[in-house]
Amino acid sequence: MSLKTSDTGRIKKPSDLAMPLFEDLWSPIRLTLALASITTFLLLIVGTPIAWWLARSNAPWKEAVAAVLSLPLVLPPTVLGFYLLLALGPNGPGGWIGGFFGLRTLAFTFEALVIGSVLYSMPFVVQPIRNAFEAFGDRPLEVAATLGATSWDAFWTVAIPLARPGFMTGAVLGFAHTVGEFGVVLMIGGNIPNRTKVLSVAVYDYVESLQWAQAHILAAGMLVFSFVVILSMTLLEKRIARPGR
Amino acid sequence: MNSAEATISVRYSGVLGDFKLDVAFEAPMRGITALFGPSGCGKTTILRCVAGLNHLPGHLVVGGDVWQDAASGRSLEPHERSVGYVFQEASLFPHLSVRGNLLYGQRRALKKGVPERFQVNEIVELLSIGHLLDRATGELSGGERQRVALGRAFLTQPRLFLMDEPLSALDRITKEEILPYFEALRASTSVPTLYVSHDISEVERLADHMVLLESGQLVAAGPLNGLLADPRLPLARSAEAATVLEVRIGHYSIEEGLTVLDAGGESLLIPRWIGQQGGTDRVRVAATDVSLAVDRPSKTTILNVVPVRVKDIHVLDNAQINVLVTIGHRQGGPMLLARITRRAQRVLGFEPGQDVYAQIKAVSLIGSSRQPGPAPGHAEMI
Repeated sequence: MSLKTSDTGRIKKPSDLAMPLFEDLWSPIRLTLALASITTFLLLIVGTPIAWWLARSNAPWKEAVAAVLSLPLVLPPTVLGFYLLLALGPNGPGGWIGGFFGLRTLAFTFEALVIGSVLYSMPFVVQPIRNAFEAFGDRPLEVAATLGATSWDAFWTVAIPLARPGFMTGAVLGFAHTVGEFGVVLMIGGNIPNRTKVLSVAVYDYVESLQWAQAHILAAGMLVFSFVVILSMTLLEKRIARPGR
Repeated sequence: MNSAEATISVRYSGVLGDFKLDVAFEAPMRGITALFGPSGCGKTTILRCVAGLNHLPGHLVVGGDVWQDAASGRSLEPHERSVGYVFQEASLFPHLSVRGNLLYGQRRALKKGVPERFQVNEIVELLSIGHLLDRATGELSGGERQRVALGRAFLTQPRLFLMDEPLSALDRITKEEILPYFEALRASTSVPTLYVSHDISEVERLADHMVLLESGQLVAAGPLNGLLADPRLPLARSAEAATVLEVRIGHYSIEEGLTVLDAGGESLLIPRWIGQQGGTDRVRVAATDVSLAVDRPSKTTILNVVPVRVKDIHVLDNAQINVLVTIGHRQGGPMLLARITRRAQRVLGFEPGQDVYAQIKAVSLIGSSRQPGPAPGHAEMI
C-alpha cells in the first residue's frame, strides 16, 4: 500500500512523497503555535484583571461571573462552538464587526479561532492566577500600603511578583489547552489549510483520509509535547514552592 | 510647638464587622504609648484605623496634621500616611531580598520628598542586620525577620510608628534578644510610637504612656506609672501590681559591688555594675516587695529604705490594702505602690499626707542595662 511506502520513506531516505508531506505537516504546526501563543498572550492581558477582580472583590455576584467564565470546563466544545458560530456569523455581532473590514462573516477565519480559543481557554488561565492572588492574602498589600505604595504600585511590585507561579501555571495551561483544542475549532474554523487547519484538526483529517503516517507524526509529537508540558510544570511548581515563604 | 502639634488625637466610633469600637484619647507626640488590653479589646483595630488599613468614622490628628476629618469625612489613603508599621508577623516580602525589603519604603518616601531622618547604614548598624542584606527573607530566623521589619519601618522615614504586638510571635529567648533593639531605637529617635500589647511586662519595660482598653471602650489613658498605680484600675489590684521608676545611674562602688541609682532624688542600691554613670534606666518595683515603716528602720538587712509620703490608701479585700506613696518627704515625687495587710494598717494607722519610710525588698532592672540575650532572671537585691 502507498501508506507503507510513505511510512518507510519518511524514516529511511526522502522519497518523492516526503517533501509535500513535510510541507503539509508544517502548516498546521505553525498555525497551532501561532494560535496558542496569541491566545496565551491575550489571555494573560485580559485574564489578569479578571482574576484580580475575582480574587479581591466583595461583590456578591462575582461567583456567578466566575461560573460563567468556567463554563468551558464542562460545556461540550461543540456547544460553545455552535454559539460562537452564531455570534461570529453574518447575522451575529461578528458579522457586523466583520462588515467594517469588508468581510461577510468572522467565522472560518484565524481571528475567529483566536476569539474562540480565548473564551475556551479562559478558565485555565484565570483560575491559577486568581488562586495565586488569593493565596497571599491581604497582608502583603497592606504592608505595601504602609510603606507608601499606591494600589497600582503595589499591584505591579508586590501582587504580580508574588503571583508569578500562578502566571506560569496559567500560561502553560492556557497554551497547552489551546494546542489541544478541537471541537470549537472545527465548529467555527472549519478546516481551511493554512488558515484554520490546526494540528488537532489535521490529525483528524489524516486519519479520516487514511494518511496514517502523517497522523502518526503529529499524534506522537503531541504526545511528547503534552508529556513535556506536564512534567516541566510539575518540576517548575516544585522549584518555586521550595524556598521558604 | 502648641499642644495640638505635640499630640496624637484619636477618636473612633463605629462598627467594624460585628465589633463595636468607641474610643477617644490623646497620646503625646513622643515616646512610646502602649495600647494595652485583653485580646479582642480593639487595640489592633485602632492601630489599623490609624494606619488607614481599616476605616471607622472618627477623627485623627497626628502632630497637627489631620489624617481623618470627622466634619468633612475626608481621610488620607494608607499610602499617604507617614507611618512605620510593624506587624505581628514580620510580613517581609518573600520576593525581595532583605535589602529590597529595607529599601521598598525608603525609596517611595524619598521620592515624595520626605526628609531622610534615618539613613540606611545607620539603621542597618543599629539593628545588626548588615550581614543579612543579600539574603532571601525565607532564610532568616524569627528574630532576624522582625529586626528587618523594624528596619524597614524606620526607613519609611515615618512621623509615627505603629507596632502591633511585634514581639508576640517570637519565643521568649528571641524576644529577649530583640527587646534591647526596641529600647535602643526608642532612645535614638524622637518619633512617637503607638505600641499594641497584651503583655504587661513588655509595657512596663517599653512604654511611657498607656491607653487601657476593654471591649472596644477606653478604660483610662495617661502616663504609664499613673495607670499602673491607679487604684480604680485592675492593674493595681492584681497580684502582680507594680510600679516602674525612671532612674539615673550613679556611682559604682568596686569594694561593695553596689551601684547607686537616683530615683526622684532618693538613692537606691543595686548589687552589680549596670552601666555608665549618668545613663538612665528603668526599674520595676512589685507592690508586694514594698513594706512601710513609721520610723526609719535602723537594723535591717534591707538596703533600700527611702523616705516616702503616703498619697492614698485603698482596700483590696478583707486582708490586704494598697498604699500609694510618692518618693521623698515632699510633694510630687515618683509613685510607688506598697501592698500591706489591713492588720498592719489597723495597728500603724497610715494616713494620706503622712511622711513614712518604704523598705524595698527587690528592685528589678527592666531597662536597657539588662544584658541582651537569654535573660539571667531579674537582677535582684535583698
